Amino acid sequence: MMARLKQINPVFLVLALLFVAIAILSPYFLQPAGYMNFLKRAAPIAILAVGQLYVINSGGFDLSAGALVTLTVIGSSILLDGDASATWWVILAMLGVGVIVGAVNALVVSWLKVPSIIATLGMMITLSGIALTWSGGAPRGYLPENFRFFGRYLIKDLPLIKILPVAVIVMVVVCVAMWWLMHRTNYGKRLIAMGDNPKAALLAGVPLTETRIVAFVMSSVSAVLAGILLGGFAGVSTDVGVGLELQAITAAVIGGAQLLGGRGTVGATIAGALVLQAMFTLLNILGFPKPIRDVVQGLILISAVVIAGYRRRRSGG
Amino acid sequence: MINKFTATALTTLALALPAQAQNFDDPVEFAKQKDMLGAAANGDATTPWLQYYGDVMADTSGYKKDGPHTICFSNAGVNNPWRVVGWNTMQAEVEQHDNIAEFVVTDAEGSDDKQIADIEDLLAGGTCDALIVSPNTTAALTPAVEKACEQLPVIVFDRGVNTDCPVTFIKPVGGYGFGIQSGEFIAANAPEGSDVLMLRILPGVDVLETRYSAAKRILEEAGLNIVGAEFTDGDRAKTKAIVEDYIQRGNQLGAVWMDAGATSVAAIEAFEDMGLDVPIVTGEDQQDFLQKWQEIGMNTIAPTYPTYQWRTPILAALKILDGEAIPGPEWNLPQPAITNDNLGDFVNASMPPLHYAACGCEGMPGYPERWGGK
Amino acid sequence: MNIPRPKNLAALAPFLLLLAAIAVYVSVAIATGQTQYLTAENLLGLLGRSIALGITAIGQTFAILIASIDLSVANLISVSAVLASSIMSGDPSMMLPAIAAVLAVGVVVGLINGLVITQFEVNPLIATLGMALILQGLLSATFNNFAGEVPEEFQVFAYGQVGGISISLIFLIALTVAAWVFLRFTRAGSNIYSVGGNPDASKLAGMRTTRVVIMAHVICSVCATIAGLYLASRLRSGAPWIGRDGVYDLESIAVVVIGGTALSGGRGGVWGTLMGVMIFSLIDSIFNIAGVDAFAKQILRGVIIVAAVAVYAVRSRRIEA
Repeated sequence: MMARLKQINPVFLVLALLFVAIAILSPYFLQPAGYMNFLKRAAPIAILAVGQLYVINSGGFDLSAGALVTLTVIGSSILLDGDASATWWVILAMLGVGVIVGAVNALVVSWLKVPSIIATLGMMITLSGIALTWSGGAPRGYLPENFRFFGRYLIKDLPLIKILPVAVIVMVVVCVAMWWLMHRTNYGKRLIAMGDNPKAALLAGVPLTETRIVAFVMSSVSAVLAGILLGGFAGVSTDVGVGLELQAITAAVIGGAQLLGGRGTVGATIAGALVLQAMFTLLNILGFPKPIRDVVQGLILISAVVIAGYRRRRSGG
Repeated sequence: MINKFTATALTTLALALPAQAQNFDDPVEFAKQKDMLGAAANGDATTPWLQYYGDVMADTSGYKKDGPHTICFSNAGVNNPWRVVGWNTMQAEVEQHDNIAEFVVTDAEGSDDKQIADIEDLLAGGTCDALIVSPNTTAALTPAVEKACEQLPVIVFDRGVNTDCPVTFIKPVGGYGFGIQSGEFIAANAPEGSDVLMLRILPGVDVLETRYSAAKRILEEAGLNIVGAEFTDGDRAKTKAIVEDYIQRGNQLGAVWMDAGATSVAAIEAFEDMGLDVPIVTGEDQQDFLQKWQEIGMNTIAPTYPTYQWRTPILAALKILDGEAIPGPEWNLPQPAITNDNLGDFVNASMPPLHYAACGCEGMPGYPERWGGK
Repeated sequence: MNIPRPKNLAALAPFLLLLAAIAVYVSVAIATGQTQYLTAENLLGLLGRSIALGITAIGQTFAILIASIDLSVANLISVSAVLASSIMSGDPSMMLPAIAAVLAVGVVVGLINGLVITQFEVNPLIATLGMALILQGLLSATFNNFAGEVPEEFQVFAYGQVGGISISLIFLIALTVAAWVFLRFTRAGSNIYSVGGNPDASKLAGMRTTRVVIMAHVICSVCATIAGLYLASRLRSGAPWIGRDGVYDLESIAVVVIGGTALSGGRGGVWGTLMGVMIFSLIDSIFNIAGVDAFAKQILRGVIIVAAVAVYAVRSRRIEA
């Protein structure tokens, strides 16, 4: 049994422990209002983390995800300006922007040979510049109720679970789709091969550029989806995306993804995102102020990588 | 719940460090503003941006110059909806005057460092006849303003600095007044001993610090239990998350005091989404708050920090350059509060949700389109 | 053994970029009729707007030269400013102890960064990111406003002038010269280039690569704390947000990279970095003079960063990540 346990990714065990701790400290979480709210808050990060996983598995980073979230919220808010009839085409437009941003990121890395850190850093600065210029630095426009439906609406009066946030449904659908693409298709295998050893992958016939484009597009589109959820949650905000790409990277790393290539699984990454959210919730219940959460996030980040490194070396990876 | 770690850390530091350089909890100023709130202002009530309290004037005859003039403005930024409305109002005011040859503006994008550099640039340019400054934070901008005073007449408005070298400092009654208005309302209307969460935009700005200290004083004296004072950066996402966190911790909040109204709706939504009754949540004259207030029928108050104060510095600059006496070293404008009695006067569904009702802009060029209305 | 440094077009590129930026600056000034901005004093003053960035970037150059990176500099700057300002609390006799304390903090943070990267083999991005979060958290937990005050005597660092040139500018140039001399003429300096350019060969050649990495990170962190001292002097006090406000982490990486220092390590230098700082300053001023929306310059910066690196990297045939 211990042998089986050792094979399970530790992130799942940590997650279970955290849930137990939270439930003991605050019985509110055993009720639907409690745990559904938790999942609703975690949904955007989970989606972002899985998107980021695609890029990390390809051997790179996407630092532009947070800025794209902000741009999605601000852009939707200005374009819609409270007009509910335009919601669907604005969402489509934002998804289109996501595809373009992802493609540009990938091409800059592939064709211009710019390391992904710099490429996505430049994109991050550019996107936040666009968001700031467009909005003039302050929240503008307004998000109508049907746009905010995804991030805010709760389906009520259900048996057993009582309430179900739409955001949770979105998270499940998106994550299942992304899991399927990563672990059940040849594409996923090519992606991991590329991240593990690009030269070998190239020799084996993996089309690096196309694979990379899909990876970065997945990351950017997930950022747009997260933006739609977050915009729904709180409304217009110019700061909503700040630091999110780092949280996403942290979640993926906690889940065991290896930076600079290969290895990460969607399931573990989602667990990583939930661990992060659970950690924040636990600290909140204990009354720790936000700054302490930052310290904890930093320590978790470093420890997760250190531990992953030890496991890797022990298993001869 | 008092967190031992933080308490110990803070106490150690409080003992180790000396007191703050600036005093944002001055009982004398507090009393002065409380009196002003009850007094009558001089001037025509239909043009509140020209009204003033008291009778102390500044002699500006030494600044008289022939027009047309170049007026320079160092703006802290337009990084929140209140400032956006104010800036639009100021621009409309400038358009109404033919003897302003040029209106030179710098935007510090909310950074002290940049604003210091901006003021240095404006002074180096050498073309300003008068300089208007809306400082980003109080202490950091003081040396730059002092340097500017040596060269030309300076008008400070909205947020203040720690020097009285400017010709005048234009503001509504003040931060203490704002805190008094909302604090007294909560003290009178919240159940005895209930929990209050205080939400603040950012630290270091005198008019915001004084709102907080005044309200805190009143709430504590009324025996209410302040469970926390958090910074929101004026951001909705943060505000909603903070309120949700406090509710999650088990606090039964009787009131949420906010030092400004841009994110009040986010705080209200936190309660709605968790299926709880909305307690007293204070706000400001932002349309979305007023409309939500009317829609769900709240019992609350919205003190204002009227955006018509953005008109006054332009008028003051022109008067200074004409040698006309103006109220100084302080020009205090009226600061009305919105309650259920006069809510109907301020709600306006045809203006955008992020518009501020007390803008004094109704008759100005470009109304309502310039401010986003229909 | 001296690793020969490539003397090709790539080395000239930052200088050419700088000339291009100056050309645009001059033409915009003339075109908008604001020639008062073309005085020597003004041009010198341009660099003066970016002293904090310049000092930080010099330090960041060392980190990037050894193929590492430091994302903790922005929060370290805040820590340094707040600490200096609190210890000094307006008392001139506390200036030296404050400076000493702050520099010590820089050394410690650099040491920790270097150790985590070398001993625990943590990716530098993650290691310094984690450090940034920890610093941010510790700082925000104890301070939420300006703390303490800087005495008038110390304000001379940021506001003082000697013969019409600001002391801070002289300091920046002096620091750059010192860094250049260190990198170019000392054994430790050339070790940095070796470890960055080819860490395996350096190890085989008997070099203590761990020490070199740690030293580079210590230099980087100490420079960040000096930048914090400068900002405390300029703003008269320190606050927990000034590092983040100035985005010194990403911007210092950007100007180092624009200046020709390669992220992969082993190539570039501090003069390129200084040129990168100058280019960014010029962009700032060009936008100010032209009266263009200040936010739009962010967009241009993002594009320039990518373009500059693309130009430098286009000759590499490495399969990039």
